[in-house]
Amino acid sequence: MSHSVLLLALVVVAVLAYWVGKSRALSLVGGGRGIRNLHSLPSYYGFMAALWCAIPALIVMVLWVSAQDTVISKLVLSRLPSSVQSLDAGQLSLLKNDIRNVVSGAIPAESASPEVQAAAAGYRQLRSIADLSLVAVLLLVSGLGLFLARARIAPTLRARNSVEGVVEFMLMACSTLAIFVTVGIVLSVLYEALRFFHAVPVHEFVFGLKWSPQIAMRADQVGSSGAFGAVPLFLGTAVISGIAMLVAVPIGLFSAIYLAEYADRRFRSAVKPVLEILAGIPTVVYGFFAALTLGPFIRQLGESMGLEVASESALSAGLVMGIMIIPFVSSLADDMITAVPQSLRDGAYALGATRSETIRQVVLRAALPGIVGGVLLAISRAIGETMIVVMAAGLAANMTANPLAALTTVTVQIVTLLTGDQEFDSPKTLAAFALGLVLFCVTLLLNVVALRVVRKYREQYE
Amino acid sequence: MNKAEQTRARVEAGLKRRYAAERRFRAYGLGAVLLGLAFVVLLFSTLVSQGWSAFRQAYVTLDVQYDAAIIDPEGTRDTATLSTADYAALVRASLKARFPEAQSRQETKALYALVSSSAAQAVQARILGDPSRIGGHERLTFLANDRVDQLLKGRIDRNLDEDSRSLTDQQVGWIDALAADGALSLHFNKGFFTQGDSREPEQAGVWGAVVGSLFTLGVTLLLSFPIGVSAAIYLEEFARRGKWTDLIEVNINNLAAVPSIVFGLLGLAVFLNFFGMPRSAPLVGGIVLTLLTLPTIIIASRAALKAVPPSIREAALGMGASRIQMVMHHVFPLAMPGILTGTIIGMARALGETAPLLMIGMVAFIVDVPKGLSDPATVLPVQVYLWADSAERAFVERTSAAILVLLAFLIVMNAAAVYLRNRFERRW
Repeated sequence: MSHSVLLLALVVVAVLAYWVGKSRALSLVGGGRGIRNLHSLPSYYGFMAALWCAIPALIVMVLWVSAQDTVISKLVLSRLPSSVQSLDAGQLSLLKNDIRNVVSGAIPAESASPEVQAAAAGYRQLRSIADLSLVAVLLLVSGLGLFLARARIAPTLRARNSVEGVVEFMLMACSTLAIFVTVGIVLSVLYEALRFFHAVPVHEFVFGLKWSPQIAMRADQVGSSGAFGAVPLFLGTAVISGIAMLVAVPIGLFSAIYLAEYADRRFRSAVKPVLEILAGIPTVVYGFFAALTLGPFIRQLGESMGLEVASESALSAGLVMGIMIIPFVSSLADDMITAVPQSLRDGAYALGATRSETIRQVVLRAALPGIVGGVLLAISRAIGETMIVVMAAGLAANMTANPLAALTTVTVQIVTLLTGDQEFDSPKTLAAFALGLVLFCVTLLLNVVALRVVRKYREQYE
Repeated sequence: MNKAEQTRARVEAGLKRRYAAERRFRAYGLGAVLLGLAFVVLLFSTLVSQGWSAFRQAYVTLDVQYDAAIIDPEGTRDTATLSTADYAALVRASLKARFPEAQSRQETKALYALVSSSAAQAVQARILGDPSRIGGHERLTFLANDRVDQLLKGRIDRNLDEDSRSLTDQQVGWIDALAADGALSLHFNKGFFTQGDSREPEQAGVWGAVVGSLFTLGVTLLLSFPIGVSAAIYLEEFARRGKWTDLIEVNINNLAAVPSIVFGLLGLAVFLNFFGMPRSAPLVGGIVLTLLTLPTIIIASRAALKAVPPSIREAALGMGASRIQMVMHHVFPLAMPGILTGTIIGMARALGETAPLLMIGMVAFIVDVPKGLSDPATVLPVQVYLWADSAERAFVERTSAAILVLLAFLIVMNAAAVYLRNRFERRW
């Protein structure tokens, strides 16, 4: 029986328990007329019974399912003839794989050796026993829970309080998930990155000038080739993000100024949503645009001017990334500008300043910390952006700041290192996690600083 | 001249310059806005002009002889023989019959290349559907090869030199002859919406990716909505201010700004390597996207809950409701439109997300439409990425068309969010 069917059955049993609990509570006080003698509404007794019935059963099921495979594998292996048991660990794990494949039907049983076939049959038998006993145990546990709950139900039982306690606990558990996710990211990325730093020293990774992870595929060159210097990647990321910011900051800032200070209400309400479309477009679409429309266009333009442009130039990726970030900058700047109190503007007008003088010398200066915070957030966006650079920037790690050359970024390398073959011990794949760690730390730092700046600024005028 | 007049003269002398600066500044602002709008227009017009033609596809109609000697020479009519027969030979024969002038090996090969390789399967389906057709003949419509399709759509320049285009002069002649008979024409491309991916551009469709996206988003919705809303309710209605709550809040805000690819690394390291979940599965993709969208949903839900005025809570508590009853019966239903809007926006973001899914192996080339949560699958944006990488010219228009499909979904979702907001939002 598959686990989803079991879960469904558990739900059915819980619904049944609800009715049992509810009708038990009602019958104790002599039906609907005696309802005021109950501490809680009848449905709370039902919910309580359902929870007593379902929660222990659910816990048992999760534990059982997570342990089942390991236990059965151990049993199957212990039953194998002693000649097989004395094999070394590598061969044993191969054998285990074979057995597993036969069981799942991935390879036909006839092609396997007799021991494997016998073991697979044993495995199947054990598994069906385990499945049946799981059903029995679940029935027992949920039945016992229901029985206990039903016995506890009395008119004075504070059923609502116990049900609400459980609900509140669940709500709290959900809110702590964010912490677990952060811890999970840090631990998983850090763990693999540390394994990488065993093979390649940290200073070589951070200060090395040469990046060519493919060379390290050969065993004799692992770690000693010096091919894991990430500086070219950092440089490429910086150049492309820099180009993006050169596009996004002026356009975003000026359009925010225009929309907040000059445009009338109708123009603003018509234009703002259209600009925000740019923020909602998936990044693959930008990547496609950069790679197939803008890239060739820039190349032709450059060639007509006698410049040598790589077909995957940093310029096209950076420009398109800038377009993507425009609405991000402009909506943050808009918030900051509208947060500046009108009294400051009125003061400037009273001194005879023109509108643009007021904006430049009063509003923008007052909003500057907030705008800087917004720009920092935008930079962290640009650094972490993946699809545009994967599709439009190059793979070659060139040590140049020339925007017309092909440059590569941290995110591009993470994707190329991890979408090919999957050996989890080679420095090549582990390097991706080291890059991920750098990416995580840098963006985290930018975000923390930016959020602090923005918050401090907001409080200033509240 | 007294002092006031001097000042006035200085101000007036500078006025012209200052007004010019004012106009310039204003023009920069308007220019920036117009530039932004121009990008939107450029992006959409590029996509539409490249992509719309993929919704029509070239089909060839040929007279096919169901030659018994080729299909079933021994006359047994059993399914094994019928399903392994050389149906491509029938298609080739009918092409040959139409253009007998193709003689040399090279010429016949060029001729056979006009029809898609899926034609043989179409013939096979006819015969398996009704074996009594053997011996007769029938006019069947097949997919044309992608290059024929591109020529008809004008995307291959027929004025180019023969060597620099992918069709020979002779092939162009045959194509023109077929088109003149009405045997070759463009029709609505049904296959694009009903088939999975394929190496042959003319057979490639988005349906597999759409189903993969639906499964993935389904998992994401089922997980992220209850968890996100519960977390928001706890933080907004129950949590006492303190270190613990602050820690949770800082975490949520930071997660909202972590690059999406880092979530992919987490999925790879934890779900695939540690828990051993299947690669390329919508289940894992959905879980990863859940982690990604949770902050969005939590933040939006908290804002919606915060917008419900305290008087509602006080009234409920005053009537003797417990805190849970107050939230479940009054605050939550009132905040529901805002929460749903936030959820839809989060889902729209998840639908367009690509990078983390690359990490967990959803980039594989998958022909079959996924049937369950653990089948290997791909999603729409990843399909766009895969097609954008393909060399064939015909994939460019399919990529644009797939993007149009993706954008259509996004527009519908965002329109639903806007509708919900306008229809149900209450100002207190």
